[in-house]
Amino acid sequence: MAKEKEQRQPMALVSAWAPALALGWLIPGGGHFLLKRPGRGALLLVSVTSMFLCGLMMRGAMFQPATGDLLTTLINTGGFIGDLCSGILYLLSVWLGYNQADMAGHVHDYGTKFLVTAGLLNVLAMVDAFEIAAGRKD
Amino acid sequence: MPKMNLSHFEAAFLFSLFTSIVLGVVTKRTDRDRLHYGLYTFACFLAALFGLGWVMYLGHG
Repeated sequence: MAKEKEQRQPMALVSAWAPALALGWLIPGGGHFLLKRPGRGALLLVSVTSMFLCGLMMRGAMFQPATGDLLTTLINTGGFIGDLCSGILYLLSVWLGYNQADMAGHVHDYGTKFLVTAGLLNVLAMVDAFEIAAGRKD
Repeated sequence: MPKMNLSHFEAAFLFSLFTSIVLGVVTKRTDRDRLHYGLYTFACFLAALFGLGWVMYLGHG
């Protein structure tokens, strides 16, 4: 316990990691580009964007926050947050009218999952950018 | 916007590919480890895909 406390590093300044985190949310891999990790940033950008575009082309649905019973709230609000985490991809697709109602069919269902997963993968990329900016990772 | 009509396998394959790349990039500390982990994750996804596919096929009789 004492060793864990000794090994714990002090929290880095917000100004050190906030720009990387914000840019990482807005543009997938953007945080890595800002931190001069262009190779990893490019891989993240291509992967997250491809997954999001595949979801759109499969006519996946965008979640809207909804309340009701616990499961409805959890699925819709969680899905909305997942979609929102894709940053500019989500904002552009909503502004340009590419979001659409939920439809039956396995391709549309996969599309919806692709859209949410793209956002969740971007969260992983943001956490990685935070760790690099905070000096916890090389 | 063009429309994509993928089979279950194609969709799951693409999902595995993109997810493995991101998991490989963000989890490890050296490029060699990242490559290994990405390939390992992709192999696990495919193994689960084929394994569960066979389980469902045999389960249906």
